Amino acid sequence: MNALPPTAATVAHDTPAYNFAYLDEQTKRMIRRAILKGIAIPGYQVPFASREMPMPYGWGTGGVQVTAAVLGPDDVLKVIDQGADDTTNAVAIRGFFRKTAGVRTTTHTAEATVIQTRHRIPEAPLAEHQILVYQVPIPEPLRFLEPRETETRTMHALEEYGLMHVKLYEDIARHGHIATTYAYPVKVDGRYIMDPSPTPKFDNPKMHRSKALQLFGAGREKRIYAIPPHTDVVSLDFEDHPFKVQTFAQPCALCAAEGVYLDEVLLDDKGGRMFVCSDTDNCEERRAAGHRGALAGDDISRKDRS
Amino acid sequence: MSALAALPESGEEKPLLHVSKLSHWYGERLGCRDVSFDVYPGEVVAIVGESGSGKTTLLNCLAGRLRPTAGVVEYLMRDGRARNVLSLTEAERRFLARTDWGFVHQNPSDGLRMTVSAGANVGERLMAIGDRHYGTIRETALDWLGRVEIASDRIDDEPRAFSGGMRQRLQIARNLVTRPRLVFMDEPTGGLDVSVQARLLDLLRSLVTDLGLAAIIVTHDLAVARLLSHRMLVMKNGVVVEQGLTDRLLDDPRHAYTQLLVSSILQV
Ligand SMILES: [Zn+2]
Repeated sequence: MNALPPTAATVAHDTPAYNFAYLDEQTKRMIRRAILKGIAIPGYQVPFASREMPMPYGWGTGGVQVTAAVLGPDDVLKVIDQGADDTTNAVAIRGFFRKTAGVRTTTHTAEATVIQTRHRIPEAPLAEHQILVYQVPIPEPLRFLEPRETETRTMHALEEYGLMHVKLYEDIARHGHIATTYAYPVKVDGRYIMDPSPTPKFDNPKMHRSKALQLFGAGREKRIYAIPPHTDVVSLDFEDHPFKVQTFAQPCALCAAEGVYLDEVLLDDKGGRMFVCSDTDNCEERRAAGHRGALAGDDISRKDRS
Repeated sequence: MSALAALPESGEEKPLLHVSKLSHWYGERLGCRDVSFDVYPGEVVAIVGESGSGKTTLLNCLAGRLRPTAGVVEYLMRDGRARNVLSLTEAERRFLARTDWGFVHQNPSDGLRMTVSAGANVGERLMAIGDRHYGTIRETALDWLGRVEIASDRIDDEPRAFSGGMRQRLQIARNLVTRPRLVFMDEPTGGLDVSVQARLLDLLRSLVTDLGLAAIIVTHDLAVARLLSHRMLVMKNGVVVEQGLTDRLLDDPRHAYTQLLVSSILQV
């Protein structure tokens, strides 16, 4: 959002069938109104008229529409999927905006002004000039136990959130601890209960008072919600079962980072495995800065990860 | 066989629920008309009638589940003030419904969450009013399961795995955990086998007495009214044809319709 996009202009060097960032200006204005409403009421799910995008649902059409609505020609876009910049999904979305908006793209978190993500928040703290756009499959945290939309809407309106703790109670009753590790519910600005999308709960603390604007788009479900910068985001828990993030027994095998989210990578078909940064950019930057993990000498190309 | 223990002293006590000239129409069709009665703390009132008599319409109006066409329903709040239930905000009414009131449905699956454990079913109201200590919630749930005669080792089972009678007892525990002062019951023993009914009636009777609960029980079964209630309202075609103390009404029914009901039940 560094500058307003050229009004109704097409991108000169590419096919003239597309408006800047694919969506027409009227649609983008509609989406921006939903975003502004979301920012005004942190954590509240704003309905919006989700459009068909030239990609299937599940590929982040909600996130893509939000990105299209906030992107300006001077923005630098980063797209991550499970923390990686090089998955099919991330490459496709990055290519889509390069083609339809002509914007610069990057894999470096610090360089990006808009970051679209599925499943992760970058390890490097975000800054005030950055926007993090989440792709959301199911925006309603109460749906798990209450399928009636009219009822969940009333529950949000009246702040009746006992049901969220019923879910956590069930976790403890079954597993002895809160076993929810993804899409872990949070309370935003002391008011709305929100589903942070399927990010690991490891990332929940990063949402709390983040300097960056956080926007959430659910395409199929036609909902947008937002966390403005510096907003309180608190993970739900019980007094005797407080919220805890995942911890890892060893540091990243490639860059020796600790306190970051690690993925398990199989090395061979004999059960060999290692744990490496899920945030590929963070890992690469650390290695470029000279950090070496236990297996850093091995020739493990990123493409072997899946 | 007599009814419950003697009526609580009513003296200068204010009624817990005051119902005046309550009517409900479904368009042109009458649901119930001009119903007036009071319920005092600790008192059990049975609303008796055949299906179509308007008793369920009346119950739903009283419990705030259906907006009556006319009339007044006043409830004595815990702070001692009487409030018109019909003018409460939705938030106030829903809060009342999950704290100071209970509602026991005929079909337990209407009142339970069938896909969460028995413990969570009982604990939900506690969590809804802000209890955030898992250990305390679980202890309280265990205590209430015990009171409704559900074995403690079933606490983590879903009600789907329970018999009809157990489900109904679980629904009762789920309602009573916040110590409501008034419980609405819609045919609470309907749909259960006779032997299961007897056990449930017995349990309800002792819970109501032990907890000093006020209750409004809708039933088509005079035996239920006789066992559980202090007072009875007999409904026919949407109006109350007779009301009074249960013992008096069963021994000496005055309205022809009540006489008919009593004579048919007493022969069984
Ligand atoms: Zn690493």
